[in-house]
Amino acid sequence: MNKRKVFSTIGIIAVVEGLLFLLPAIVAFCYREKRAMMAFLISALIAAAFGGVLMAFSKPRNDVIYAKEGFAIVSLAWVVMSAFGALPFVLSGEVSSYADAFFETVSGFTTTGASVLTSVEDKSHGLLFWRSFTHWIGGMGVLVFMMAIVSNVADRSIHIMRAEMPGPTVGKLAPRVKDTAKILYLIYIVLTVIQIILLLLGGMPFFESVIHAFGTAGTGGFGAKNDSIAGYSPYLKNVITVFMLLFGVNFNLYYLLLIRKFRSVIKSTELWCYLVIVGVSVGIITLNILPSYEGFGAALEDAAFQVSSIITTTGYATTDFNLWPQLSKSILFMLMFVGACAGSTGGGLKVSRVIIIFKLIFRELRKMLHPRSVNSVKFEGKSVEKTTLDSVATYFAVYIICLAAIFIILCFEPSGFDFETNLTAAVACFNNIGPGFGGVGPASNFAAYSPVSKLVLSAAMLLGRLEIFPLILVCSPSTWRRNR
Amino acid sequence: MRIIIVGCGKIGTTIISSLVSEGHDVVAVDSNRDAVDNVGNIYDVMCLCGNGVDCETLSEAEVEKAELFVAVTGSDEFNMLSCYIARSMGAKHTVARIRNPEYNDKSLGFMRQQLEISVALNPELFTAQEIFNTLKLQAAVNIETFSRRNLEMVDLILDQDSRIDGLSLSELRKKYRANYLIAAVRRGNEVIIPGGSFVLRRGDKIGLVAAPSEVQKLLKMLGFEQKQARSVIILGASMTAFYLAKMLIASGNAVKIIDKDEERCREFADSLPEAVVIHGDGAEQELLIEEGIASADAFVTLTGIDEENILISFFAASQKVPKIITKVNRSELAAMAEKLGLTSIVSPKKIVSDILTRYARALKNSLGSNVETLYKLMDSSVEALEFNVSDDFVGLNIPLKDMKFKPNLIIAGIIRRRKPIIPSGDDRILPGDKVVVVAAGQKFIDLSDILM
Repeated sequence: MNKRKVFSTIGIIAVVEGLLFLLPAIVAFCYREKRAMMAFLISALIAAAFGGVLMAFSKPRNDVIYAKEGFAIVSLAWVVMSAFGALPFVLSGEVSSYADAFFETVSGFTTTGASVLTSVEDKSHGLLFWRSFTHWIGGMGVLVFMMAIVSNVADRSIHIMRAEMPGPTVGKLAPRVKDTAKILYLIYIVLTVIQIILLLLGGMPFFESVIHAFGTAGTGGFGAKNDSIAGYSPYLKNVITVFMLLFGVNFNLYYLLLIRKFRSVIKSTELWCYLVIVGVSVGIITLNILPSYEGFGAALEDAAFQVSSIITTTGYATTDFNLWPQLSKSILFMLMFVGACAGSTGGGLKVSRVIIIFKLIFRELRKMLHPRSVNSVKFEGKSVEKTTLDSVATYFAVYIICLAAIFIILCFEPSGFDFETNLTAAVACFNNIGPGFGGVGPASNFAAYSPVSKLVLSAAMLLGRLEIFPLILVCSPSTWRRNR
Repeated sequence: MRIIIVGCGKIGTTIISSLVSEGHDVVAVDSNRDAVDNVGNIYDVMCLCGNGVDCETLSEAEVEKAELFVAVTGSDEFNMLSCYIARSMGAKHTVARIRNPEYNDKSLGFMRQQLEISVALNPELFTAQEIFNTLKLQAAVNIETFSRRNLEMVDLILDQDSRIDGLSLSELRKKYRANYLIAAVRRGNEVIIPGGSFVLRRGDKIGLVAAPSEVQKLLKMLGFEQKQARSVIILGASMTAFYLAKMLIASGNAVKIIDKDEERCREFADSLPEAVVIHGDGAEQELLIEEGIASADAFVTLTGIDEENILISFFAASQKVPKIITKVNRSELAAMAEKLGLTSIVSPKKIVSDILTRYARALKNSLGSNVETLYKLMDSSVEALEFNVSDDFVGLNIPLKDMKFKPNLIIAGIIRRRKPIIPSGDDRILPGDKVVVVAAGQKFIDLSDILM
């Protein structure tokens, strides 16, 4: 294990975060929020000092990293980022306990959007900006961001990218990791800017446009209003609906559009499945909630918004879907598991994994009928490698086990929430969605949980964002032992 | 620069490694999933699993944007076809590995022209050429040639009773007056570009630059043994062995080839009637002794197995064969074998990757002066480069002693109208010259890069 390289990379990450703190500090300065600005500047100093010390004391002897180092770098980086990201909340005095602040930051970086703040409208602009900015950074990935800006990337850095990018396989867009990271961030920035402009055209104030664009881009869900998106005009709601869906699409497809390979985009199985799942869910829910709405249009609008919000794991709400009929709630609950496409900013299992799991099931059934038959699983026109199939199946098993474990731990909660609340809290955090049902529905939040449960849920969010394995591996002693 | 490499075998991987470290955008293509995955895990390249002749795979690799297309799979025909298709799809330059002797005669030029292949790589032929050069001087561990053999750099190892042990370079110059220059010295794991006060010690590996016509005389003067090999034993009837045997026979040597495979032996006996072909296991010491290893001038191991080559070379060393050349493909094994005492080690992979590195560097450089030849010396941290001097080089006509060079480099030679000049401070670089630069720890694409 190349510990020096791991720690010096973590050091770089801390310094980068220190620099990122300057953005909300500028925002706070513009709104004349002195206390928030000082909080950000102090946090920036602390993070940069920590990073500097780490870099100075662990100059790597060589740059060689293997899969092990990749996992370690990614998981430690996310924990460190969240730990420092929580500082401004506490230093500004706007959040009293560090556990709350940590939960809020993890929720931000992992693009969950679950909040412990009972009211966001009384918070300073600087803090609200930082909260949403963590979504934006976390959406595409902190280390991908670092790789896009750091001048020379070591050989084998594909291991870092693989550990951070969600989805069963990671494809490069350009021969070099650095260029791939740049292309991804370019697409990300352009889409975000377009959304900000469209929101501005709909009459949303500039600050709120930026906040909501960040929340949508990272598929996070932090907003600027207590009632999320409910108070905005239908046009604004529809813009956000469309962009949530757009950010849930595999970013490789946008690159293919850019280089004019339209045919491969149209042929993408994952994209079609994603759209079909969205379409069918919207249809059923619209019909289901129609009786409580005045017109078909209004029902369709809310259904479309909520389905997009849940499947892309954003978590914005235009209405309290906790009050919807059981059928609609169940469909939303299922969508929580499916999640967005691989290679997008969304969380969940990912559509491609769901497709592969179903194909695996069919293959096994066929094999039972014809024990000697030879079958291959095809996806996106190519047969899937056995290693990928194995990893998808394993991932699914581990995913379910982790979910069960988180749920069981939450049940020890002294305040004793009901079954629905605990289950959906676990599911919503683990899949990086945000709101669940019952006590953690869109109209309420996670504030009522005890600090221990908040830490458990924070861990759940990190597990979900990094797709479980990096964190588990970094916690196992054999990763760190010298002679293994 | 975008470079596509088809074939991720031993040679392909070495080429990828050196091109990535040169900072190129590399796309690796192979039909074997494990091979590409392995390359993708180690190097920062884009990997494609697919058939290198299939135009769908090639268009996925964006061959139309590629400046250089290299096909180095095991099959000559596949490489040629792949290059042809890539060229028609818009690749600017193509390089094919073509190693079958049948293609490497008169038909090569015709084929290259028809298929628009820029460079035909023949690792076996290049390796044979390098071994052949080295065999001519017994004391030389390695010989690098510049500008069509107008200038040579001879690697020598100073042994126990060397005449020049303990001399500083300026003393050496006074004592033995001739046209030569010591461009690089390896001591232990360190490679030094020596100055005048540098003192030579036994065990040093030195790179001596001189005109080929004077090398013989020079080595005699400096006290190196220099019997030319007359009878050579080659172990392993490989393609390299075939090319080498052909060259040796043509220059009047007695050649004995030993191989385990009867079929191969018969083929060799057919095509090389002048050579003695022995069917037997070269790992058997009895056989080697019987075939007169003790009286051979040189022993060359060219089997496909590195370990076998190394071990049998040690046996040959114990039999006091004056010159032993070992082919070792894996670089880590080569380093180990050298540490254990084998001096002349050739690696086909390295030879090929040097050629491609030079080619890519010349392509990258759109300015006037080009890299003509490139060798990675000693342990790859030192490069010897030959540049063409263009008319707009800023250092034209200035005495070398008045020019400010970057540290750790030396102008090892100037070739003017095919005549080598070993430069001193008063020499000048003129337009149309070729200049050989030896530099440690730096990478140059243009001659003007060497100036401060």
